[in-house]
Amino acid sequence: MKRNNDQQLFQAYLQHVKRENRIVYIWQISILITFILLWEVASRFYWIDPLLFSSPTTIFQVVINKLSDGSMLNHLQVTLLETIAGFLLGTIFGIVLAISLWTSKRFSSVMDPYLVIMNAMPKVALGPIIIVAMGPGYISIITMGAIISVIITALVVYSAFNEVDPNYEKVLKSLGASKGQIFKNAIFPATLPAMISTLKVNVGLSWVGVVVGEFLVSKQGLGYLIIYGFQVFDFSLVMASLVLIAIFAAIMYKIVERIEVWLIKHSTS
Amino acid sequence: MSFLTLENVSHHYFSKANFTKALDDISFSIQEGEFVALLGPSGCGKSTILSIIAGIIKQTQGKIRLQEKPIDLTTANIGYMLQQDYLFPWKTIIDNVLLGPKIANNVTENTKEKATALLNEVGLPNIASAYPSSLSGGMRQRVALVRTLINDPKLLLLDEPFSALDYQTKLKLEQLVANLLATYHKTAVLVTHDIGEAIAMSDRIFVMDANPGVISKIFEVPIEIRNEAPLLVRKHPKYQILFDKVWEELDKKEQLPNEEVVSTNHEAK
Repeated sequence: MKRNNDQQLFQAYLQHVKRENRIVYIWQISILITFILLWEVASRFYWIDPLLFSSPTTIFQVVINKLSDGSMLNHLQVTLLETIAGFLLGTIFGIVLAISLWTSKRFSSVMDPYLVIMNAMPKVALGPIIIVAMGPGYISIITMGAIISVIITALVVYSAFNEVDPNYEKVLKSLGASKGQIFKNAIFPATLPAMISTLKVNVGLSWVGVVVGEFLVSKQGLGYLIIYGFQVFDFSLVMASLVLIAIFAAIMYKIVERIEVWLIKHSTS
Repeated sequence: MSFLTLENVSHHYFSKANFTKALDDISFSIQEGEFVALLGPSGCGKSTILSIIAGIIKQTQGKIRLQEKPIDLTTANIGYMLQQDYLFPWKTIIDNVLLGPKIANNVTENTKEKATALLNEVGLPNIASAYPSSLSGGMRQRVALVRTLINDPKLLLLDEPFSALDYQTKLKLEQLVANLLATYHKTAVLVTHDIGEAIAMSDRIFVMDANPGVISKIFEVPIEIRNEAPLLVRKHPKYQILFDKVWEELDKKEQLPNEEVVSTNHEAK
């Protein structure tokens, strides 16, 4: 009898959670639909200038047309690859830089003012110089995507390294561990969650770098489409590119989030 | 020939503003198989002595010799137990225990068997694949003890290893450690601020004084209670006599600053 009661309470709790989730979901969908509807209506009735702000249906048509004739796919592919490459390079070099800072206290002291300046510097302002140095191609754009996240990754990861309880190091030292062994056995596993959480930040940053890079130089990519659409006054094209960027940035973010969950699960077991 | 010798060891901690002399001219020697306790108020530098012997920090002056040789971390084979267990939470119990052999690149079937045997000996069978988080404080400290013993250290340094445990667990662990050390005929230095623990476990007690840290008095533990189990020692009549003497010695130091505080209070009124 008593057990039944417990079960009932548990079921009631589950029901409650389910209901709450459904309400949130309904609100989320309604906001999206209302926004799109309002936009469409406002555009149709000329409350806003359809030439400037386009409308959901036109944007949808542009996306479909450009996708079906294959031209959009190419642009999308270029931007995605550049972003992924920039993201990976930025993260890897950031972590490598953090490790070298950790390895030598003196190196980190020497680098300190430069890191502060490089971190404070708006990286996209370096765009023209990077293009001059690397040539007006995808290498420049990937560099932009990477450079934007490398310093901040290094700083965040390095400070995580320093926050590891020094007693773990003490235990390993007393067992005769080398610096490399200390890193492998204590510092790296202890800071893995911190390193993984920089991944999520870096995904967003790489999009910024790549799109700005494409603004500046390229003949391909979604950033290029935005600038091109702006120049020929085709704002439906601009909006269509923005929508695609939003969708794919969100997808990439979700993928990284999945990877994060997977990594944390498998690094602890 | 003494096993471990400290000759005129001093240590200073430096900061930009000033320096503190943590240890002043410490000299003592310990015979093989002897168990020595360093007893004193917090801040008297007793943990610093251990870190110096372990080679984790380098003394600013003086000499240390282990079996007539200067201490070299990679070959010295010194076991170091800290106040907390500092088991690595992402490693299983067996991996934590095998950390020393792993660092020495010496994980064999032999060491694995030894690990299992030692875990059995401390009363922890069948937990090899568990994670530290699932163990109680006392169990974790026993695992840390096994991690220390698996390398078969010549010298054991115990830095208040029981201070974070509840009283009952503490007494049991004292017993266990005393038994194991006697069985394997180990030399050990115990740092503690617990007079009872020092008497129950050691052969000699070095009472320390703070600011700067010096050894102010050495007590020999009477032979009758030296070989008694730590639980029984506390009931021995000679235990109380020694306890009072040590207490008096420690108390003498505490009175001076206290009186000063009182007199300044008077002035304030």
